[in-house]
Amino acid sequence: MPLLKEGEVRIPSGCAISGMISKDGHKENGDRIIESIKVMHDRSNGLGGGFAAYGIYPEFKDLYAFHTFYDSKRAKDEAEEYINSRFEIASMSVMPTRNIKEITDAPLIWRYFLKPLPYKVKEMHVDEDEYVFHCVMSINNKINGAFVFSSGKDMGAFKAVGYPEDVGRYYRLDEYEAYCWTAHGRYPTNTPGWWGGAHPFAVLDTSVVHNGEISSYDANRRYIEMFGYKCSLLTDTEAIAYIVDYLVRKQGLSYEDAAHVMAAPFWDTIENMSKKDKEKFKYLRNAFASLLITGPFSILVGFTGGMMALNDRLKLRSMVIGEKDNMYYVASEESAIRIIEPNLDRIWSPKGGEPVIFRVEGGKY
Amino acid sequence: MNDNFISPLDYIAPSFEVVRNPDKCIGCRACERQCANEVHHFDFDLGKMVANDANCVNCHRCVSICPTHALKIVKNNDTYRESANWTYDNINNVIRQSGTGGVLLSSMGNPEKFPVYWDKMLINASQVTNPSIDPLREPMETRTFLGKKPEKVEFDSKGNLKTKLTPQMELSTPIMFSAMSYGSISYNAHESLARAATELGTYYNTGEGGLHKDFYKYGKNTIVQVASGRFGVYKDYLEQGAAIEIKIGQGAKPGIGGHLPGTKIVGDISRTRMIPEGSDAISPAPHHDIYSIEDLRQLVYTLKEATNYKKPVIVKIAAVHNVSAIASGVARSGADIIAIDGFRGGTGAAPMRTRDNVGIPIELALASVDQRLRDEGIRGDISLVVGGSIRSSSDIVKAIALGADAVYIATSALLALGCHQCRTCQSGKCNWGIATQRPDLVKRLNPNVGYQRLVNLVSAWTHEIKEIMGGMGINSIEALRGNRLMLRGVGLNEKELEILGIKHAGE
Repeated sequence: MPLLKEGEVRIPSGCAISGMISKDGHKENGDRIIESIKVMHDRSNGLGGGFAAYGIYPEFKDLYAFHTFYDSKRAKDEAEEYINSRFEIASMSVMPTRNIKEITDAPLIWRYFLKPLPYKVKEMHVDEDEYVFHCVMSINNKINGAFVFSSGKDMGAFKAVGYPEDVGRYYRLDEYEAYCWTAHGRYPTNTPGWWGGAHPFAVLDTSVVHNGEISSYDANRRYIEMFGYKCSLLTDTEAIAYIVDYLVRKQGLSYEDAAHVMAAPFWDTIENMSKKDKEKFKYLRNAFASLLITGPFSILVGFTGGMMALNDRLKLRSMVIGEKDNMYYVASEESAIRIIEPNLDRIWSPKGGEPVIFRVEGGKY
Repeated sequence: MNDNFISPLDYIAPSFEVVRNPDKCIGCRACERQCANEVHHFDFDLGKMVANDANCVNCHRCVSICPTHALKIVKNNDTYRESANWTYDNINNVIRQSGTGGVLLSSMGNPEKFPVYWDKMLINASQVTNPSIDPLREPMETRTFLGKKPEKVEFDSKGNLKTKLTPQMELSTPIMFSAMSYGSISYNAHESLARAATELGTYYNTGEGGLHKDFYKYGKNTIVQVASGRFGVYKDYLEQGAAIEIKIGQGAKPGIGGHLPGTKIVGDISRTRMIPEGSDAISPAPHHDIYSIEDLRQLVYTLKEATNYKKPVIVKIAAVHNVSAIASGVARSGADIIAIDGFRGGTGAAPMRTRDNVGIPIELALASVDQRLRDEGIRGDISLVVGGSIRSSSDIVKAIALGADAVYIATSALLALGCHQCRTCQSGKCNWGIATQRPDLVKRLNPNVGYQRLVNLVSAWTHEIKEIMGGMGINSIEALRGNRLMLRGVGLNEKELEILGIKHAGE
């Protein structure tokens, strides 16, 4: 049998994750996040690395930033025709990259800053986010060889096949300033060699980096696909990103409650809660039963103005959190935090299923 | 003419032969007293026990109670000149029908050689890339809710989540006892089921014969059925149940109704069914107020109105060819749960030709219904329960991975109560006290023992489900539901794999 591409076969993978967010909204470039993820080199195998950064496009704050991979000129032409007919293109360019020998076989990478055409949005009777979401789904699933891998406002995902520290240099992350960074090194158990399969996985401004292999995958996938999502990569991360988007954006749940759905407390725990909490948790588990995620995972969910760290409810993957002055750090291993901040005020491991949500104070981002 | 005279034209060799070891038989005559079919008797002239093989149905009652293990029942090896086409059964059935002019009756599930897809699917387990979970060390959850899931969550004016759901059924384990009416089975069998469901935190189903007043106290674990004959249906009955099931069809006899002969409509059964003693209880083939899908909606809402919207409504249908389209219609009828009964499902009595030739396998029906409801985006609007036939915990794991919320078991429950599958329920002479109304036979089934055996069976299966889930690294049943990547087919063709929505082993 020929080796199947990502999306044609489900590929489990182990990983490393790291993230950092400033409490006061101050920004810093990508040097430290690269240093942090680099420490965990052995947790990835050179088959995928990536970053998400928030607050990087202040000059285009209100525009949707599309980061796009193209396999061919034809795919690019087709996608641009599609984009052109639905958006006003404020700016477009080749993604700035640095030629380094570690990163090879790059697809065409383009970046667009887009404003949805108002009459088109009206035509669909949806809000702008839903319109953009729909367009991204269409491009990714209908245009062969085109893949929008980042589509939020004032944020971006950067990913490639390679070790994360090389991916960071490749994308010139030292030239971006962000108030929140997340990073990922991937250890897939197969060699798809496709850039789209790397993390983070991003939809609108939600990005997910993830370490683990969820055992509930197909139950989650088949459920979430009822609501217009198409899990074309067959990766856990993609499914988790869609679940977060569905629960928070479409259902209006808080990130806390979304976490209580994905890593729901055990029934024994719920039975011992106060009457009010019991009612709520029972409702969430029942109403969104098919979005419970089982199996090992630690994830960092990036969103505008904040970041959420979450472990599976048995805590089958390591994850530690550090705090120093006006910064929070989260990583798979303590060493990845210590390398960039040796003198922490506080360091702890959140419990399984306990969401830890960080927000930039006072919305100063 | 002697009653025992059988014309040679009508003669059919006994199916079974009673083999008695004369060295072991002590002539205690227990077998004679226990056999309602009057197989055994003591021949005073010969001074020993003898048997009339022709009456034997191989229920194993005598074998099980013989204190010296002197008895065994073997398949009679007397044979016709059979062919692959003209089998023993085919020949016998022609002989029977040319003698009587009657429809062939049968009971229990379809015994013919059709594929059993459960046996052609294998389950996954974790290795290296993610850990399996030991159910003895970690929590392993099987609690299941049946009922509609909200399309959109709502918040009150303070932004708090509104947590009120439409009526739900809460099951501690995704196994329920399927419909078997009081009348088709005995009072003691019903009591065993009701008490077991209560202790297990699950549900049993009254079937279409109404609910005996003695069992009202088990109401919160009872599903009350409304079938085409409407026997025993009235306000109190509907209010007793935790859920109401509209029976449209049954896997063993899709498209036809039921018939409980007047001889069985005696005493409490007549009272419970609310029909005069001695009158035949005939369930029409269709509900005469449901000739189309919009009529079903009316009945669903009639029952909801009658019970103040406090009970979930189940619609039970037989797995037939266009089951997924029907299920889609049911999902839009206002029903909360759909129960699908496969062609292997059991019955107390059904025309043999229907039982053996009508309907489709539950595995295929389940897979296509679950997928269809998802394709239409309405899987969350309705829960899916399947039965006919679930034989073991691994069948349940496979059913849930294909997409079922829970399963119905009935034949397995009867086996737990002592049934040995002699498949002659329709005779009413069940030696195990299950499918009979003869008081001397009914009392053989002790509900104290019966209920405990049902609890044992379901507990054992639940343990096994947890063990298999743990192996897959899944610690809650909802993460298994519809998780088809956990299944692989063996020896299935492309089309079968496509319908089941699974890959072949090795892929």
